[in-house]
Amino acid sequence: MSGARIIWRKSLNYVMLSLTGVAALGVVSVLFLILGYLLWNGGTSLSLDFFTKLPKPVGETGGGMANAIVGSLKLLMLAALMGLPIGLFAGVYLAEFGGKTFSFVIRYTTDLLNGVPSIVIGIFAYSLVVLPVKHFSTLAGGVALGIMVIPVTVRATEEFLRAVPGSLREGAMALGASKWKTIATVVLPAAKGGILTGMLLALARVAGETAPLLFTAFSNRFWSPGWSQPTASLPVMIYTYAIAPYDDWHRQAWAAGLVLLALVLVANLGARFLLNRGNTVRSV
Amino acid sequence: MLSASHGGNATAARRAPEVRVHAARATSSEKEAQVRFQISDLNFFYGPKQAIFGLSLKIPANRVTALIGPSGCGKSTFLRTLNRMNETIRNTRVEGEILLDGQEILSMDVVGLRRRVGMVFQRPNPFPKSIYDNVAYGLRINGYKGRLDDLVEHSLRRAALWEEVKDYLHKSAFALSGGQQQRLCIARALAVDPEVLLLDEPCSALDPVTTAKIEELMFQLKDSCTMAIVTHNMQQAARASDFTAFMLDGKLIEHSETSKLFTTPTDPRTEAYITGRFG
Repeated sequence: MSGARIIWRKSLNYVMLSLTGVAALGVVSVLFLILGYLLWNGGTSLSLDFFTKLPKPVGETGGGMANAIVGSLKLLMLAALMGLPIGLFAGVYLAEFGGKTFSFVIRYTTDLLNGVPSIVIGIFAYSLVVLPVKHFSTLAGGVALGIMVIPVTVRATEEFLRAVPGSLREGAMALGASKWKTIATVVLPAAKGGILTGMLLALARVAGETAPLLFTAFSNRFWSPGWSQPTASLPVMIYTYAIAPYDDWHRQAWAAGLVLLALVLVANLGARFLLNRGNTVRSV
Repeated sequence: MLSASHGGNATAARRAPEVRVHAARATSSEKEAQVRFQISDLNFFYGPKQAIFGLSLKIPANRVTALIGPSGCGKSTFLRTLNRMNETIRNTRVEGEILLDGQEILSMDVVGLRRRVGMVFQRPNPFPKSIYDNVAYGLRINGYKGRLDDLVEHSLRRAALWEEVKDYLHKSAFALSGGQQQRLCIARALAVDPEVLLLDEPCSALDPVTTAKIEELMFQLKDSCTMAIVTHNMQQAARASDFTAFMLDGKLIEHSETSKLFTTPTDPRTEAYITGRFG
């Protein structure tokens, strides 16, 4: 083997290694750029008022987004109540019961649902829940987000259930447990860390969705009086405030962005914590 | 029989008096020769592939029956038909008659059957729960409402694990060593007080010291339990069993008292296998 070849091979190796490294650095720096910008702009505009006060009328400065924070939490709660059980049970079906063809169809449909643009899901919830009663509602927003939660939950549940060794199922069944009892008392508890993580990540993802809320939950400058009335939410508020011509509103939009990000980050950290705890139970 | 099952074994020597007592009792009850499992003309299929061919065998009560044979000869499959575990695999079919104390198991309620016929697997498979909850599991799912504490202790004592874990009952079962985990799985199976214990290569993942502990345990359990053990280890079959069945290609080739099968096998294939010429 000639020396030139070796040098060529080594330098190619070096170049490719550098390329992948630069790309990785690029990914991280984009994230940190967003984070830094958000912290810089949002942090300076954040105050206690933001969490406790309602938005001020147009033209006045100050005020906060208490109603939007509560609204977002209400929407997420609805989404969780509707989407998580369906996703969980469908995931259990796929991992534990489903036959070949039917499972394939469900799995494929789930992936398609995951790929449906959020605005389309918004239109669907609009025609399903808003049109019949002729007004926007918190419930409609919850339905839209709930639909978006389903596919992620299904796949996370299926994946983590499949990771549970078959020997545990056999062990339980050899003791006389029925299939359902085996799943409920052994398989699901063994996978609960992973499944909860998937659920939290699904909720964190839809927490930032704006498009499906625009014509379902709409928005509200005041406290939402009930589930059947429109409500403010952080993403929609960001949208409204960011395109408004007032500097004070822009600052508030940044603050809202920061709060939303903090919410998602907390959910992610919580998920990480749950997953780790789940793992320790399995491997200690 | 004593010399065949425990001859020259260090563990046996240590427990010599106990062994003698046990052996005496065994011989007195030998006359009864009660049959726990009676299998007649058993055929088993994985889809179109037949795995067991016309197998007939009697498994005597309160004895250890060893199943030996090369890999893939169907001994695990056979063991798993005895508590109908094969039903959890799709596309399997079983033909023939399996009587447990004279009752056909194929028409029995499967939960009731598995309560009477416990199973220990090749690899220890404790649940991701505490030691206590592992042992209590079978009782709980069977709706046992009495005092669990006593039964958990009793089962752990029967599995010779109590002294090692009594202070850590609520620690995760994964904190135990492999051998302890396997004894925990035995305790878990014993908790529902089965008549029969099926052991599917229970020692293949364990070191010799732990293996000796489990064999000793099997010896003690004979009082209350009938055992069938699949093993690749012929020394183990010779040490720990009273009867041995040799299987080859899904057929039962020879079945007799362990001492007889290992010293004077009637079939040339048995002799070839136990002398290590194949398998």
